Amino acid sequence: MDETLKKQLQITACKVRLGILEGVFNAKSGHPGGSLSIADLLTYLYFAKMNVYPDKPDEPQRDRLVLSKGHTAPALYATLAEKGFFPKEELKSLRHVGAMLQGHPCITIPGVDMSSGSLGQGISAACGMALSGKISSDTYKVYTILGDGEIEEGQVWEAAMFAAHYKLDNLVAVVDNNGLQIDGKIDDVMSPYPITDKFASFGWHVITADAHDFDSLEKAFDEAETVCGQPVVIVMKSVKGKGVSFMENNVSWHGSAPNQEQYEQAVKEINETLKSLEG
Amino acid sequence: MAELKKKATRESYGEALAELGDKYENLYVFDADLAAATKTGIFKKKFPDRFFDCGIAESNMMGVAAGMAAAGKIPFASTFAMFAAGRAFEQVRNSIAVEAAILHNGPVYMRFGRLAAPIFNDPDNYKFELGKGVKLREGKDIAIVATGLMVYEAVEAAKTLAAEGIEAAVINIHTIKPIDEDIIVEAAKKTKLLLTVEEHSVIGGLGSAVADVLAQKYPAKLVKIGVNDEFGHSGPAVELLKQYGLCAENIVAKARDAVKAK
Repeated sequence: MDETLKKQLQITACKVRLGILEGVFNAKSGHPGGSLSIADLLTYLYFAKMNVYPDKPDEPQRDRLVLSKGHTAPALYATLAEKGFFPKEELKSLRHVGAMLQGHPCITIPGVDMSSGSLGQGISAACGMALSGKISSDTYKVYTILGDGEIEEGQVWEAAMFAAHYKLDNLVAVVDNNGLQIDGKIDDVMSPYPITDKFASFGWHVITADAHDFDSLEKAFDEAETVCGQPVVIVMKSVKGKGVSFMENNVSWHGSAPNQEQYEQAVKEINETLKSLEG
Repeated sequence: MAELKKKATRESYGEALAELGDKYENLYVFDADLAAATKTGIFKKKFPDRFFDCGIAESNMMGVAAGMAAAGKIPFASTFAMFAAGRAFEQVRNSIAVEAAILHNGPVYMRFGRLAAPIFNDPDNYKFELGKGVKLREGKDIAIVATGLMVYEAVEAAKTLAAEGIEAAVINIHTIKPIDEDIIVEAAKKTKLLLTVEEHSVIGGLGSAVADVLAQKYPAKLVKIGVNDEFGHSGPAVELLKQYGLCAENIVAKARDAVKAK
């Protein structure tokens, strides 16, 4: 990847992380761990990959993204705000009564392509959008992001079968493989491994990537572009809580908000990273 | 009187889809391996490119349909009630209902029967209007409010009752929600006694919806005929309907008792 672009993405990802922390802290609830693990992915997609139009969020030929692991909405909102779909100010009122930003993605929010959050359902909706695109010879792509715990849901595999059967090569699913779900390690709770082999046997083209390396993400999505006649899944090795030292790989940050002190510490860490990038 | 022609409502559904397919190029049909039973096969035959079988995977079918609708198309997802309202309920609730609030032209749940039903509506004069009940017969003693297969039974029951000197009004409520409050209140004012009949549980269906309207708008006596909160079992459909009292004879008996007790 071009070094200038890479640096720009790294800077943007820091800002997205700050947005996530701001949203979850002010909401006093939410899911920082899984939001931080997809911050780089969303930054890559919205700032280097997808055709989206902040001033025309409903443009029919836009690329679409369904956040199947909808509880990590803070990451999507922070990215959309950074991209200019709505003012960053909105992040402060996430989950507040009467606020625009709901706890889980809601289709009424500018830039949100599908309501989601009940695990396993987003990928089906993404299949429907991809099928619609195929039927109408539309040029848009559909991206969907699943949690590694989420794929324990049976519906995911119904959708996996469907996507391969209808050769939805305009669909790219990403599995955020951070290895943790609320109750603990995914291996301990209910192992979905081997994830790559499972998707391959369902007829998908499988790619692996490093979730926090923009070169790796670019390589993966470039490869996805070349695939014809089958859906693509990118199984992305990630770190839950990435970017905040005390949240990294710590399952207790799956669904709890930082207190004032923790919030300040987290912001300080990200700002240091940001400073070193900009400096 | 000449024997009435009979047709299963599911058959009409399949034919209607095939017909509407010409009118709406945006209409697509999904099924979950039941195209022969739900009769979406009629559409499939005519528009093979606009029919998608989802296999035996109803939850995914509902989600795919939601995605299609979000992309601007009109999907009809068809399967047996048990799967549509039961297995995939959560998908309907979370993936479809939410989205419909935005699109306004909302999600619709339609219920069809397997059994051939008499065709008695006059196609030239009958006008289907969502949420509007249809008065099929006037009467001052009791108003029979029926839906689906039971409408014909209610009409037959009213004829028998008339011969006994009981004048029963008959109302066809084809849309349970939104329910036609006006037609129910008007009937209650006139007869002070209503009887609902449905091929469905007496809880949470037509009877409950009518009770809701009466309790809030115009309290009147209500008798409900339906499946009385009990488990179902197998058997030939016609015999089961009789056993559960979903027939003209039982409507006559219940109406007669209710009018006497008035």
